[in-house]
Order: sequence, then structure tokens, then C-alpha cells
Amino acid sequence: MKLFPASVSGYDSANRPAPFVEEFLSLLQYRELIVQLISRSVKTRYKRSLLGVAWTMINPLLTMGVLTFVFSNIFGFSAESYALYVLSGLLLWNFFAQSTTAAMGDLIWSGGLIGRVNFPKSVFPVAAVGTGLFNLLLALVPYFIIALILGAKISITILYLPIPILIATIFTLGVAMALSSVVVFFADVLPMYDIVLTTWLYLTPIIYPIDLVPEPIQAVLRFNPLLPIIEAFRAPLYEGRPPDLSTLAYAFAVALVVLVLGWWMFTRKSREYATYV
Amino acid sequence: MSEGNPAMVANSHPPLVVQVEATSLCYRMPQERFSGMKEFAIRWLQRRVQYIDLWALRDVNAALERSEILGIIGRNGAGKSTLLKLVAGVLQPTEGRVRVSGTIAPLLGLGAGFHPELTGRENVYLYGALLGYKRCEMDDYFESIVEFAELSEFIDSPLRTYSGGMSLRLGFAVATCRYADVLLVDEVLAVGDVQFQAKCMRRMNSFRDDGASILFVSHDLGSVENICDRVIWLDEGRVVEDGSVNHVISSYVEFLSDRNNDQTGGGIPVNEAAA
Repeated sequence: MKLFPASVSGYDSANRPAPFVEEFLSLLQYRELIVQLISRSVKTRYKRSLLGVAWTMINPLLTMGVLTFVFSNIFGFSAESYALYVLSGLLLWNFFAQSTTAAMGDLIWSGGLIGRVNFPKSVFPVAAVGTGLFNLLLALVPYFIIALILGAKISITILYLPIPILIATIFTLGVAMALSSVVVFFADVLPMYDIVLTTWLYLTPIIYPIDLVPEPIQAVLRFNPLLPIIEAFRAPLYEGRPPDLSTLAYAFAVALVVLVLGWWMFTRKSREYATYV
Repeated sequence: MSEGNPAMVANSHPPLVVQVEATSLCYRMPQERFSGMKEFAIRWLQRRVQYIDLWALRDVNAALERSEILGIIGRNGAGKSTLLKLVAGVLQPTEGRVRVSGTIAPLLGLGAGFHPELTGRENVYLYGALLGYKRCEMDDYFESIVEFAELSEFIDSPLRTYSGGMSLRLGFAVATCRYADVLLVDEVLAVGDVQFQAKCMRRMNSFRDDGASILFVSHDLGSVENICDRVIWLDEGRVVEDGSVNHVISSYVEFLSDRNNDQTGGGIPVNEAAA
């Protein structure tokens, strides 16, 4: 009877850490893969286009232009302040919407890979959110340029920005992981999520100020978990004041709960993804 | 000679590097294809979803010694690739236990991680990261990878301009850029030309001389016969035979020709069509 060596480093299917923990440990080990996947997305997204990565900056500007034109002419908003108001909200919204959508797509279109090489599946949502973060930081550049052109003051409070951005990242990663864990089993989630996103955009005070909404409806909109994050993002960027501590604390708590829940949902079945994707 | 001394036993046999014990793997699939989630949700609530349990492997025992080349043969759907994926850690066994000691180099569908729009150079780093290598390690291996793949002229061209053979060469070069204790080889060499196949074989043999073991899945019985030290024949997820190369291959060929005679009444397929 040949013996299997008792204590050698290697793989043992009967002796793996709990999935919730294992995913995290191997994600740390595969840091380089996350970097490579982010760089892949950034490089390939516009590889054959003329303006390249500049589209990341142009896209929200065009949306802002259209919305400002419509709202200042029809609803009589002041065009200068509305432009920056809508752009500040859109930047964060695009980060959230694009990252969560990309996370699902990357996981289900990667089928061949997951079935052939053993690596932590959570690299997909993490890299998708990382790519979104890169795009968000890039898109802040034209925001500041527009602000300069419009003569809006850029307050020193922008130094607070990393805090709401961190909270937004935690929340987005949580949602991305929760959705990814479902889309593996039901591909329908992807087109359904498109509709959800459109609805969600209109239920979030991004293209309209919340004060415009009647009081009772405002109370309902307050349940939107993205709202405190957007408020905390807008305060230092657009309003030139530090974010409220209570808003920050609430947004952070919500984001953390969503991440823990998303992580749990994702890792619960992550070892089976290779059989389904 | 004291036979009870474990050290002596270990010396007389090479140690195991892979052990698959009473392992089964079940793919659980809904019996019908649901057109959408709504329908599935309704049926699930009504407790009317029925699953088919598809057992890809049943109660498989297999072991791989140090420096051994073990061939795995069998018809399509016999569970050969599933077995490799279990050893690679890609699939988790439904029952049983799979253990591997040391490092693994999975040569399954080489270049699956390649992106057509990225250059060869970028793809080398991406694929390396996928296999778990650090960036500094890849910097060290980069030159030898490009040299082995014979692609120094094209390394900065996008991968979509490569031929199938070129991608395969690059994939093999990255996957084997460093010594690994266990090589998982699944029909990978079928695409390359004869010259490159020979080069790959030399590299695998040199790993083996350093103590590496190889799990070799192939439909090409000729190359299994040439390369392997031992062969396992799988059919419908079970081990039919596990033993010497000549013995197992001849029973398998006999089995195939019997089936063929039953069904069509003639023809002995010495080599199954390559998948």
C-alpha cells in the first residue's frame, strides 16, 4: 500500500477552508490577476476606436449636455448649476451601473476559463469594480474642467471625496457579487437588470433635485440605498461642503451589509460555477 | 529488513503525488429547460422542478506516483476530462476525496484566457496571472517563454493575427514556463505541428526527469502507448481497467471493435477520431 505524503503543500478537496474564507485568501494570492483583468478591460474597451479612453470622459459629458439642454429649456432650471448637478450624480451612477453590469457579463462569458483553470471566481466582480473605479477617477477630470469653464468654485472639500468613493465601491462590489451569484444560474438576470437599472435611475435624484418631489414621495425615495451615497458624493464635489456625518455613517453601514450579503451569496456556490457556466 | 518501517516502505515505492479516492462527481441539471426565471420560480414554488443527476464519475479510485506518466483513455463522455478537472481543483467532488501534493500545471484548452485584441506580450502576462504567477516571476520567465514559442518577431502583434498553432505554442510555453510537480495534459498537442509536438514532449520529459508526474488524456492510442507508463480506461464514469499500457489498450481496442461489430458489423478503429 503506497502512502500519500501526510504534510505537503498542495490541494486536498476534503480539507479546504470554508468558502467564505477561502475565496478571500485566494483572492489575495491572485492580486496580479485582478490588475491584469483591469488592464485588459481598459485596454480592449476602446482598442480599435479613434478616441480611445477619451470616450470614458466624453460619454457622461454628452449625456450632461443633452439633459441640461432639455431641463433648462423645458423646466427652466438654471443651466449652469444644473449641468454640474446632473454630471456629479451621473458619474457615480455610471460607476455603479457599469461595474455591476460588467461583473455579470465577465463571469458568464468567461465559461471556458472557469472550467479549465482553478482561480478565485471573485476576480471577475472585483476587477469589474476596479475598472469602474478607474473610469470614475478618469471622468472626474472633465468635471473639473467644466466647473472651471462655468466659473463654479471647486472647494477644498473635494479632499473628502475618497470617503464617499470608498463607500460606493463597497456597495457596488456587494451588489455585483450578489447579482453574479444569480446570473450564473439564470442568464435572464442580465436583460432584466437593464430594466431595473433604468427604473432605478429615475427613482434616484440624479437628473432632478429631490426637493422637487412632493414630501410623502420623498420619504419613499429615502429607502433607496444609493441615495445617501450620492448625497455624500455630491456634498464635497458639487455643494462644496463636507458630507454629513450621519449620511456617511448610514451609507457605510448599508454598504457593508450589502457587501457581506453579496460575498456570502457569491461564495456559497462559487465552487459549482464551473459546472454551470 | 523491517517491513513495518514506514521510511523503508516509502523508499521502495515512489511517493504518490495525486490520489483520487472513491470519488464521484454529479452534475445536477433541471430536467426541462425553463424558458426563463419566472417559469422556474413558479415551478420551484410548486415543488415541481425535477432534476436529472448526471454522474460523470462514479466511485473512481486512481493514484499517480512521482515521475509517472499515467494515460487516461475511454470513449467520449467517459469522464476523462472531468477527472482532470477534479485534479486541477476546478471541480469539487460530490463524494470522495482528491489530493494533490505539490504544484499543478493545467494544460487544458491552452490559451483559453487569451484575448484576441491584446498583444502576445500582454497575453503572456494575463495568462501567467491566471495560472497564479506573480508579475516579477513572469518578468523572469518572459524571455524564455517567447524563445520557446518561437514568436519573438510577433510578440507585440495582437493575438487575433496569430494562427491557431502560434496561440497554442504561446499557451504551452506560458503553462510550462516553470517546473510543476503534476502536469495535466488534455489532448493539447493535437493542434500543433509534428516538430512542435516533439519539442513539447522534450520539455515534458525533462520535467519528468526532475520528478514531475503527468496525467495524459488522449484519444490517440498510439501516443498513449508511446508515452505512458500505465493506463486507466474509463467508461461511463467508472474505471474499467487500470494497469499496464499494452494490457489496458488491447482490452479497450477489443471492446471498441466488439461494439462496432454489434452495431455496424465491421471495422476496427485502432485510433478513434481525434476529438
